[in-house]
Amino acid sequence: MGEPNQPFLELNAISKTYPGVVALNDVSLAVGRGEIVGLIGENGAGKSTLMKVLGGVIAPTSGTIKVDGREHAGLTVNDAIKSGIAFVHQELNLFDNLDVAGNVFIGREPLYGGPLKLLDRKKLHRQVQPLLDKLGVDFASDTLVADLSLAQRQLLEIAKALSLDARLVIMDEPTSSLTLSETERLLGVMNDLRADGVSIIFISHRLNEVKFCADRVVVLRDGRMVGGLDRTEARPEAMIRLMIGRDLKSLYIPPQAPPGAPALEIMDFRTTAFPNHPVSLTLRRGEILGLAGLVGAGRTELARAVFGIDRRLGGDLKIDGQAVGIGTPRDAIDRGLFLVPEDRKQSGLHLDFSLTENISLPDLVRYAPGMLISGAAEGKNAEAQKRRLNIKAFDVATVAGTLSGGNQQKIVLAKWLSMKPSIIIFDEPTRGIDVGAKSEIYQLMRNLADAGVAVLMISSDMEEVIGVSDRMAVMHEGAISGFLERDRFSEHNVLQLAVGKRLDREGHLN
Amino acid sequence: MLKKDLGLLILILVVGTVVALLNPRFVSQINVANTANLIGLFGLFAIGQGFVIITGGIDLSVGSIFALLGVIFIDMIGLWGVPWPVAFLLTILGGVMLGGLHAFLVTRMKMQPFVVTLCGLLIYRGLARWYTGDGTAGFEFGQSFPALEWLTMGRSPIPYWLPESWGGPGFFPMPNSFIAFIIVALIMGVVLHRSVYGRYLFAVGKNEEAARYSGINTRKVIAAAYLISGLLAGISTVYFAMYTRSISPASHGNFYELYAIAAAVLGGCSLRGGEGSVLGIVLGAVLLQVLQNLVNLLGIESSLNFAVMGGVILIGVIADQQLVKYRTRKANERKRALGHGALSPVAQQEK
Repeated sequence: MGEPNQPFLELNAISKTYPGVVALNDVSLAVGRGEIVGLIGENGAGKSTLMKVLGGVIAPTSGTIKVDGREHAGLTVNDAIKSGIAFVHQELNLFDNLDVAGNVFIGREPLYGGPLKLLDRKKLHRQVQPLLDKLGVDFASDTLVADLSLAQRQLLEIAKALSLDARLVIMDEPTSSLTLSETERLLGVMNDLRADGVSIIFISHRLNEVKFCADRVVVLRDGRMVGGLDRTEARPEAMIRLMIGRDLKSLYIPPQAPPGAPALEIMDFRTTAFPNHPVSLTLRRGEILGLAGLVGAGRTELARAVFGIDRRLGGDLKIDGQAVGIGTPRDAIDRGLFLVPEDRKQSGLHLDFSLTENISLPDLVRYAPGMLISGAAEGKNAEAQKRRLNIKAFDVATVAGTLSGGNQQKIVLAKWLSMKPSIIIFDEPTRGIDVGAKSEIYQLMRNLADAGVAVLMISSDMEEVIGVSDRMAVMHEGAISGFLERDRFSEHNVLQLAVGKRLDREGHLN
Repeated sequence: MLKKDLGLLILILVVGTVVALLNPRFVSQINVANTANLIGLFGLFAIGQGFVIITGGIDLSVGSIFALLGVIFIDMIGLWGVPWPVAFLLTILGGVMLGGLHAFLVTRMKMQPFVVTLCGLLIYRGLARWYTGDGTAGFEFGQSFPALEWLTMGRSPIPYWLPESWGGPGFFPMPNSFIAFIIVALIMGVVLHRSVYGRYLFAVGKNEEAARYSGINTRKVIAAAYLISGLLAGISTVYFAMYTRSISPASHGNFYELYAIAAAVLGGCSLRGGEGSVLGIVLGAVLLQVLQNLVNLLGIESSLNFAVMGGVILIGVIADQQLVKYRTRKANERKRALGHGALSPVAQQEK
């Protein structure tokens, strides 16, 4: 046990470098006992890496971690658990086929004595009840997790943390899927925990909640700790100012001509993820429209519904002014509306297929005169695409899974470029791709736009969405919170809109 | 030809040579012809099974389909006087319809293929037993259908050439069931490995989501595999009915689906889906019958029949996996030497 007036957690000059990337750069942070620290930063600022270091999942390249007065050179997962560090994850780690009690004590179930190691269910429920009482939950210890709401699951995660005698609970976006009243209850629980001397690191994009509950706010940007705000200073504007403010490299390639007629009109689209937020937007020929927002803002869901992967709950689509019904991806593809999906390995590609087989897949019938696939025809096209996109592979028979991320993404693009694209939606087109391939993809997008293709680019990368788009739409929790023209592009404006603020008529924030 | 198929062929040749040395009757004309007949019978529906397995599914119902459609087929031509070509077509249609039912339950009702076809296995056999009053369906004494019998159980002379010292040239009485099997295999081989549908089948079996993103109607592709399996089961029904000439539904075709699954797995189909070849399934069917034959010819207790089969499949699959691991390790070493990123052995094993 350390001294009571000592901070519970002290991070000293933590750095984590990967080949070519500095994920964390000299980060120091202290969390006192019974203190709630808000941790904020943009997507990719290093929050997750820092949390993984705290959980003992990855070891820092340099720096020291002191927990409860004890210094750990290399914190392991076991050390983290033993020192009382617990996580409440954004993606919940619960077994929904087990009941509440079973989840709380998973792996530590009370047993009857004897060689059979039978579960003592009565004792299990008896041990769980006080934890549930403490949190004031409205579900019983024998409820199946599958029957719990998301908020109840969050509370269950916290109960699990408490059962481990957690002294520091790290909450990663715990409110992102909660309703207002559920959020309030969660914030209340956090206050109770603080009163019991439990420390909390609260990661959230919802700056108002951070302001409301945190004793102190620290801000990460590009892997560095760029500042701290105490309770009185922590206003959303001040937080945003700290989150942004890096020099963005200029990526912008200006278009050769002003945008043309509307190519794709999305009208009052409602997706299953956000049934109450209709989205409308117009994409013009020859432009690159950036679709910005925080992770989980509903952009991917919108793209999937437009492309016909998911059923839409309502709304209409027009392509070149004509109303179209798109019920399946095939409908979309036949109209020249293509999607480069977010998850390349799972949705974009067949990793076990060759370049040729991947590239010809959406348009296979064209290479199959008289029912049978002409290996020569599809191979020839694949060769052409490989050369055009500069795909670095030994030959077109190479299996896609053996290539780098950038080259894999180029194969996905090759699928669509072999056909006649009219509208292309790129969902996070350069995620996990090296710098060289990135700029090639940006140039390609511009070439497409200049050739009259309408490009919608979903991106969570600030540098990319500001640097590449001609115009921008920003989404927040399923709805479009505003459009920005190029002269109003700034990290500040994007971030304001992304956290749900609106712009007034002049484009000023209010 | 894939390395896997080549390995299987070598295994068949090695086993065949050993058995031939131990008991020369193995290569006698009569034994080869009989084995070929069984290969034809059991190979036909194994190809359909292979298609279903490539989608990541399984069809457990085929043995019971043989019993149910078989008793109806025998009654149609033996009792009701339906012309046999009509009865043959109706039986195939029945197989297609049962396949269609499975397809509907799997793709529309989102049920698991194992459950759907397991219920089929139980239901069809039960219906067949009820229909016959738990008895036997057979032909009247003296009833014969020469054209149908020739088509199913007949032999066609195939000329061959051997040196005089080995008995000289002559004609081999090739069972027509085997010829039918080879014709079906050739057609299905082209469908699987050359047609648009075949490519879609692999795409869906490997990664259904990516297939959907490429505009493939994955439900149709999966449904078609069950239809093909049902169709081939319908054809096989007639072959088996004419082979046994009388059907006791309590035992007719029992466990035959397992022969088909075994042939497909031996032939390189992965139960995870997305892998397999028609040549592999053909070779798998050949190996299974050679093993059965070996048990008879080498005087092994015939009760050990299944044990031998199971043992060989187990050893075959283990050997194959070890070989893949070994090759991955070698490939990674080569890659590392070249300075490329290594492949994980898991990702390789999935192949």
